[in-house]
Amino acid sequence: MSESIVIAEISKNSVAPVTAELVSAAMALGTSPTVIVPCTDASVASGVGYANAGKVIAVKGDCFANYDAASWAQAIDAAAPSGIIITSTSPQSKDLAARIAARRNLSVVQDVVAISGNNLTSPIYSGKAMQTVALSGDAVISVRSNIFAADAAGSSDVSVVDQSGDVATAVKDIIARASQRLDVSEANIIISGGRGMGSPDNFSHLERVADVLGAAVGASRAAVDTWEDIPHSMQVGQTGKTVNPNLYIAVGISGAIQHLAGMRSSKYIVAINKDADAPIFQHADYGIVSTWEETLPVLESALSSMMA
Amino acid sequence: MPNIVVLVKRVPDTNARIIVNGDRVDLSAVKWVISPYDEFAIENALRHKEAAGGTVTALTLGPAESDKVLKDAKAIGVDEITRVWDDSWANLDSNGVQSALAEAIQGLGAEVVYCGKTAADSGAGSTGPGIAERLGWASVSNVIDVAFDGGITATTPAENGSAVVGISGNAVISCDKGNIKVRKPNVKGIMMAKRAQVSLVSASAPSPSVSIVSHTPPPAKPAGKKYEGGSSAQEVARLLRDEANVI
Repeated sequence: MSESIVIAEISKNSVAPVTAELVSAAMALGTSPTVIVPCTDASVASGVGYANAGKVIAVKGDCFANYDAASWAQAIDAAAPSGIIITSTSPQSKDLAARIAARRNLSVVQDVVAISGNNLTSPIYSGKAMQTVALSGDAVISVRSNIFAADAAGSSDVSVVDQSGDVATAVKDIIARASQRLDVSEANIIISGGRGMGSPDNFSHLERVADVLGAAVGASRAAVDTWEDIPHSMQVGQTGKTVNPNLYIAVGISGAIQHLAGMRSSKYIVAINKDADAPIFQHADYGIVSTWEETLPVLESALSSMMA
Repeated sequence: MPNIVVLVKRVPDTNARIIVNGDRVDLSAVKWVISPYDEFAIENALRHKEAAGGTVTALTLGPAESDKVLKDAKAIGVDEITRVWDDSWANLDSNGVQSALAEAIQGLGAEVVYCGKTAADSGAGSTGPGIAERLGWASVSNVIDVAFDGGITATTPAENGSAVVGISGNAVISCDKGNIKVRKPNVKGIMMAKRAQVSLVSASAPSPSVSIVSHTPPPAKPAGKKYEGGSSAQEVARLLRDEANVI
């Protein structure tokens, strides 16, 4: 088996916990990985260590100040040894995975949910089928979160390599989100509303539960298409965002195939719907047949007392 | 005046039932359509032409059946339609697909390429950035808004919000839905599309290093617990903590 390289996921200027899951994915391939930490300041990598990763390399370059696919791929390619490269499935990391693969004339396998020897399984057709492929040689793969247990913390040998790339795009402006709430693509817990919420104003009831849980608020396509006040950035589903949080709470969402496509891989699904025959219940770990008006206040107070 | 290419792909309708027969998906009964995000790519390509002039060529990789999605793109308003294919390409991996498309794009003399952020079949989203790397171009993915002011300005999600990114050289723009309305074909467009000729081009592709072992139905989820009445939210909250351990 060849070597493997994990590209650390960076979030809020630190190495995100999902990186430890990627180390375990490398172990599933039979390799102890080298972890690459792209950064502008190598202190991000200090103290980063995993039980099963011997080496952590902080790749320090000006290009890493903002995401630019071309320069990131160039710098990481220059700093990383050859082998199987593993990234997370954040939109940015999947993009980077594809560029690094192309730079090395390798193939890329995205959204891996199972590894067995050299065989990798990913969902296709929005999760309506699974595809298992066999690797012969090196490749770049992205691995979904919540699949592999995080590798334990340990002491890895941390080194710093100065390596930047030629930036191909210029950031003109960063538009901060109006709300401080997490985006659905970043959250471990999501509570989403559908047209069953009755009006966009009623999403405030979802926000109250979200505040208790530190969750993001999402929406179905029907809600986004019906109400202008519900922006597309909240949409979970085929033409919105694909998410796989630990917990997904669907409220007033019937469970159209297009919505399921974006959330069916969530670890736990709770459905709240007054229609007992709504398809969403077939995918729910916990279903509550009731109106949101009756259910959400009970849920909010139960969760509040638990989290207190 | 820019030479603009938009990539389109023939995929099963997203509402289609996907059946696994033996160890392969059976797509013999599905309806085929342009991959949904490609419609946003076509729209952005046409807006680019309207702002800066030039031509828009729709390009697909596939066998003769893929001519239909090229004609659909023609009916929406692209100028030229081109298909790249070789009968030996039954099992291309991403490396092969990107190599062949990059060669075809170079052959067309393109300066900017639009594509959907992912195709509805694989959902991978690798083609746009992968082609850009092979061409040595910039790439911006998951683009929700594009403006033309000499160069291209693209808006894309970033941590805590969105980034507005300027691109001066050649680039591949992978398009998300955003807030734009896509135009639909009109009668004149449909008539013109009927008569339009598909240009066939050839390219080379490396042999695959990733091969399909099997397709399987998604794992069945064990039946969940179902409760009646809003007051059961108390019990569900407890199970989320004690049984699922997710809160």
